[in-house]
Amino acid sequence: MIKAILIFNNHGKPRLSKFYEHYNEDTEQQIIRETFHLVSKRDENVCNFLEGGLLIGGSDYKLIYRHYATLYFVFCVDSSESELGILDLIQVFVETLDKCFENVCELDLIFHVDKVHHILAEMVMGGMVLETNMNEIIMQVDAQNKMEKSEAGIAGAPARAVSAVKNMNLPEMPKNINIGDISIKVPNLPSFK
Amino acid sequence: MSPSVPLQEMIRAIRSARTQCEERGVIQRECAAIRAQFRNTDNEGRSHNLAKLLYVHMLGYPAHFGQMECVRMIASPRYSDKRVGYLGAMMLLDEKQDASLLITNSIKNDLSHSNQYVQSLALCTLACMGSAEMCRDLAPEIDRLLRSSNSYIKKKAALCAVHIVRKVRELGELFVPSARSLLSEKNHGVLHGAVVLITQLCEQSPETLERFRKTVPDLVQIMKGLVISGYSPDHDVAGVSDPFLQVRILRLLRILGRHNEAASDAMNDLLAQVATNTDSTKTVGNAVLYETVLTVLDIKSESGLRVLAVNILGRFLLNNDRNIRYIAMTSLQKIVVTDHIAVQRHRGTIVDCLKDQDASVKRRALELSLALVSASNIRSTMKELLIFLSSCPPELRAHAASGIFNAAERYAPSQRWHIDTILHVLTTAGADVRDETVPNLIQLITNTSELHCYTVHKLYRALLTDISQQPLVQVACWCIGEYGDLLLKGECQETEAVQVTEDDVLDALEIVLQSHMSTPTTRGFALTATMKLSTRIIDNVDRIRSVVSIYGSCIDVELQQRAVEYNALFKKYDHMRAAVLERMPVIQKNSVGQTNGEVGEETVKESQAAKVAQKEMALPPQPAGQVCDLLDLLGGSQEPLQPSSSLGGAASTQPTTAGGDLLDLLGGLEPTPPTPAPAVTVYEKNGVTLTISCEQQSDSGLTVTLTASNSSDSDISGFTLQAAVPKSVQLQMRAPSRDSLPANGAAKLTQLVILNNPNKVNLKMRIRVSYTSQGSAVQDMVQVDSFPGIGAAGL
Repeated sequence: MIKAILIFNNHGKPRLSKFYEHYNEDTEQQIIRETFHLVSKRDENVCNFLEGGLLIGGSDYKLIYRHYATLYFVFCVDSSESELGILDLIQVFVETLDKCFENVCELDLIFHVDKVHHILAEMVMGGMVLETNMNEIIMQVDAQNKMEKSEAGIAGAPARAVSAVKNMNLPEMPKNINIGDISIKVPNLPSFK
Repeated sequence: MSPSVPLQEMIRAIRSARTQCEERGVIQRECAAIRAQFRNTDNEGRSHNLAKLLYVHMLGYPAHFGQMECVRMIASPRYSDKRVGYLGAMMLLDEKQDASLLITNSIKNDLSHSNQYVQSLALCTLACMGSAEMCRDLAPEIDRLLRSSNSYIKKKAALCAVHIVRKVRELGELFVPSARSLLSEKNHGVLHGAVVLITQLCEQSPETLERFRKTVPDLVQIMKGLVISGYSPDHDVAGVSDPFLQVRILRLLRILGRHNEAASDAMNDLLAQVATNTDSTKTVGNAVLYETVLTVLDIKSESGLRVLAVNILGRFLLNNDRNIRYIAMTSLQKIVVTDHIAVQRHRGTIVDCLKDQDASVKRRALELSLALVSASNIRSTMKELLIFLSSCPPELRAHAASGIFNAAERYAPSQRWHIDTILHVLTTAGADVRDETVPNLIQLITNTSELHCYTVHKLYRALLTDISQQPLVQVACWCIGEYGDLLLKGECQETEAVQVTEDDVLDALEIVLQSHMSTPTTRGFALTATMKLSTRIIDNVDRIRSVVSIYGSCIDVELQQRAVEYNALFKKYDHMRAAVLERMPVIQKNSVGQTNGEVGEETVKESQAAKVAQKEMALPPQPAGQVCDLLDLLGGSQEPLQPSSSLGGAASTQPTTAGGDLLDLLGGLEPTPPTPAPAVTVYEKNGVTLTISCEQQSDSGLTVTLTASNSSDSDISGFTLQAAVPKSVQLQMRAPSRDSLPANGAAKLTQLVILNNPNKVNLKMRIRVSYTSQGSAVQDMVQVDSFPGIGAAGL
């Protein structure tokens, strides 16, 4: 079972934190900090498996991590999961994010945290691996996003229109239109009976 | 209240805050706005507010006021609201919150929603944070969904069922039939979920495990399909088709095949096929291979398959990827006890891994190397281990040093080699060795009388170079004190001669005495050594006298006591000094792990024991009576030495009669470890006697020593012992000291058995004795129900 999935950057700022077992908020932050300390100390050429810190369960749990550029992806798992399998799972996760966000970078994760959560929910559910086929995952996520957009479409149209107008960059409209004096000659028309 | 900005604006604002304080300010303003928005039930943009709150929660700020909003959102008919609401429920709610009960009804309704994505949201949330009551309420719904035709829903329902079964064990029965039928699915996602569910059900209840054994053929079929089938783009990961599913099925097969011959047989072919066909050049292939190896080693597989598995692990050790080396090491460690011979083949690679850069690989390589040491490879392995010791990380030093000592003790090819090895360890890692090393080493040295000269020269030289390693200094001081005359003689066959004058030796000892690096124990050793030299050197006795009298006013009570006593020896009992400080008798060799008492007392006892021996005696194997006397005499009394009374007793020159007097004076304490270990005879037949004695090592650990001897007239060969213990007790048998028993009790056979009884069950052991006597093979079984040396309360 996967106990927690954490993504944080090289300075320890959390970019995603998903816990499959309940901890209170302080403990969650402490776990993130402790995990960051453990993982950031690791050299580049050592193996990707660590024993879990004390807060997250000690030596019964393993931290399996991968370091991509500025981000650490850490999965905290117990002994029922295969270590090499989880490494592959991290790889599939990152590839899926890459496909969904088109060349994903840290900023994408920062500004679209909820989308990342939804993608993750298609892969891991209740601490267990749900689906590992990238195309299947992306298909489901796209379908759900479409549903959400279509819903927001009908109800949100007026709101969207208002915000569209607000954002429209219209040039300054003149307040008075001064055409000047126009003398309009009105011809003598015979009256019709 | 100004309307709060959408999520991304807020994130931008938070990121632009330059200090922690600024960030807190921004977040507090936002939270206040969000709270206000929650209070008014405006429909617009509610999901945005909750999303913002969840972001704030991830950063670590309190977000509990969003819980009721989550409940409201889940109940809303719009999909986007539900989506955020359920996400919030997973992040903010748990079974301890009251709000979680309120969503039970919403989940129930959503489980029957027409839209599959709404259903999936509900399933996901239930699987993440469903409490036991919620699970009980909704289990029938989940079972129904397991039978639906939508595979997307089925796979989610399967994992949701796993969560339910984890929370409420009794509900496992409910899901067994549906789980069984899911195995015939084609969709890999559903199969995967089904296998996980079955694994969970089998792990939880042995009866269910029995029932699912019948599915082994089906699972084998599925695996075959995966392994043999051609390229399928859907599930292919780097050339291996659906490795995740393969790994899961292999794990389930392992659970089903454990302890069961029939199931294991059914799997043998498949496992062999997977092991040989899987491509091991990529990580995914290795993941499948690794799982196969673990399965093979865990079930009752045939030996050819086991050897194949161990060979795969050996191949892993040579892999470039450090992750693979690490897991190979971990697995080899688990099987080294059972498949010793197979692992021996890879000893070379394992020993090479001692040089790996990764600390965890190094640690495992060390433990494996120590487990694989045997009489045939001791020299080469020890060389590697000593190189390792000089460069090993500090946290591993103590373990490495004690491992080396154990190995050296058991398999040393020659005495000199043994002493050399120990000296090498002491010089490289002296500070980290355990305390009992010093007396063990001293005992070893006294036992090898032909190497005294060599040893003392080496130790003297080591002492000159470095006095910071306390165990080394202690042993060196003791040897210099005992064999100082050999040192001063200067000539030695084994090593080059060095001219050492008396002044040099005394200088060295004085440096040790005065150095701030020496512990009080070391100082005690040095002082006693100085004193002993007074009878072995000719010229500088006055110097010794002055040194000793200086320490008569030392602050350390132990040193002061010794100095005062030695002073008295100089002044009042000078005529006895030679007798008192004579060469010590050989200390009787005890079995592995036992010590002759603490280091501190050692020197006091030794001076007392020296009083008894009138001349240098190398003890041949002695008849039992005298051995006991010597043991008693070596056990010193705890009271401080009273020179007048005890020396009066030692004035007589007969060792045997003095033995009797001194026994009274010294109290006749046995130098045994705190829990005395009487030996009980458990088997006696054909002249073969088997005795058993135990020693409690820790709260649940026990060391049992089996000793066999042969009192008949003919030799006994091929003597082996096998032991069995109750299920929850862990057993580890060490190699026996020999495998034949010569006639008439010429030599005994000892074998150590280490037991671990964590559950503190009633300990029984069944021992099978097999041997060949006078040409015929004999096999007998003995049951031991009560163990000597354990208290009535049991382990």
